[in-house]
Amino acid sequence: MGRGYLYLLLFVLYAPIVLIIIFSFTQSKVLGNWTGFTFSLYQNLFTGYDLNANVRVDPNLYRAIGYTGLIAVAAAAISTFLGTLAAIGIYNMNARHRKGMMFLNSIPMINPDILTGISLFLLFVFLGISRGLATVLIAHVVFCTPYVVLSVMPRLTQMNPNIYEAALDLGATPMQALRKVLLPELRPGMISGFILSLTLSIDDFGVTFFTKGSGGLETLSTFIYADARKGGLTPELRPLFSLIFLTILVLLIITNVRAYRLKNKLNQ
Amino acid sequence: MKNVLHHRRTWAWPYLLFLILLVVLPLCLIGIYAFTDMDGEFTLKNFVMFFNKSEAVNTLIYSIAIAMITTIICLLLGYPAAYIMAMKSFRTPEVMALLFILPMWINFLLRTIATVELFHMLNLPLGEGALLFGMTYDFLPFMIYPIYNTLQKMDLSLIEAARDLGANRFQVFTKVILPLSVPGIYSGIVMVFMPTVSTFAISELLTLNKITLFGSLIQRSFGEGGITMWNYGAALSLLMLIIIGATSFFGNQDEASENMVR
Repeated sequence: MGRGYLYLLLFVLYAPIVLIIIFSFTQSKVLGNWTGFTFSLYQNLFTGYDLNANVRVDPNLYRAIGYTGLIAVAAAAISTFLGTLAAIGIYNMNARHRKGMMFLNSIPMINPDILTGISLFLLFVFLGISRGLATVLIAHVVFCTPYVVLSVMPRLTQMNPNIYEAALDLGATPMQALRKVLLPELRPGMISGFILSLTLSIDDFGVTFFTKGSGGLETLSTFIYADARKGGLTPELRPLFSLIFLTILVLLIITNVRAYRLKNKLNQ
Repeated sequence: MKNVLHHRRTWAWPYLLFLILLVVLPLCLIGIYAFTDMDGEFTLKNFVMFFNKSEAVNTLIYSIAIAMITTIICLLLGYPAAYIMAMKSFRTPEVMALLFILPMWINFLLRTIATVELFHMLNLPLGEGALLFGMTYDFLPFMIYPIYNTLQKMDLSLIEAARDLGANRFQVFTKVILPLSVPGIYSGIVMVFMPTVSTFAISELLTLNKITLFGSLIQRSFGEGGITMWNYGAALSLLMLIIIGATSFFGNQDEASENMVR
């Protein structure tokens, strides 16, 4: 019975997503109106041209995809660098300073996106900075970095500090010890921080909305919002998100099957 | 060993500067804008304006109520789910947990729009019901995950001990499992309540603009209102900030943030 409840919850949770995937295989402008099976939306998405209606697929969609990817990768890279550096620094502080830093670090995580967005909006207005790509990027680094700090921190506390010292005793320069000892230890935390940042950045709507300005910069989120407000959702979004979803599903299955096999092997 | 690494504490300084400039200062600016008028003179009129508009005050109360109801629904639906996941022996419990997080990889606006279409197809009206459904749908994983985490880390021998000492299943749950999962429940409540009380945009989509939430009110003062409404919007944001601050005081934030990462 317990399992049944879980499956029921999952069924409801996935119903809208399944709906998107099913209706990515039909041509109708509106979601929910089945007009026969076809791959044409996928074709439109990749060619950028709607053969049936003889119009181009909204070029803003591709620009939004490009900006979403660019901002996500750049924000995740900067956050990972800044956050790892900060984590090493915080780790070496005394308890009181560390506590203070961790409190400051938690503010962007507690802050809902609307407050992060508006506070940064006011900052940029106050400083007279015109909003655009740079301000969106800065804003994304603001809400991503705390998560990098939190993912790298446990690696530092779990690390055996003697290894680093041993490297120094054996004649490594501090820079070498850092590169050859410290960084490999921190890498798993940095990677999960990077991936988490990518996810947060791609999914963000609220902060981007207030920091993008009116210069026409759109990410996928703000593009969808503007689209939905206009009434008609660009149909090519359906195949796009079906593909994103399936890619992530496959990646997760692969990593989990691997982990599962490894666990079995270790048990034997 | 600390001495060797000690000088590395300076490595946190860029981040400290970054946090002060881009987190602390902007939050202070909300306060400054809230208590000034367009010319930068001190004034209380932004708050007077808000509390004199019963419509705006009602929106705030209504938003808090909706967020509370959503949080309660999420708790009632999410606790059993987390409990079953943690207790039943699934061959791969990680996969089960992942299945609940996976939908979050689809853009939440698109998911919301799909929910709207689902309501259309089932001939259900869009309104308060759709709003509650949509919010529960969006934030349920935030409730399940922290509770699942605490339950999973629980020492199972405590349950066995309780059984051996004669507790029945109901007593085991109310006297052992439930009290031990309280930290997870707190985190879950905070993590659902904070985004729901501050939500904007999806409420418009789910109710066809019929229902305005406090978040949308703030958004409008910055968007459509133009520069004249910014100070008023900052006052509303300050109220929101106070609600958020009070909520995070209620829940143990360290726990919540830890649970997020895992």
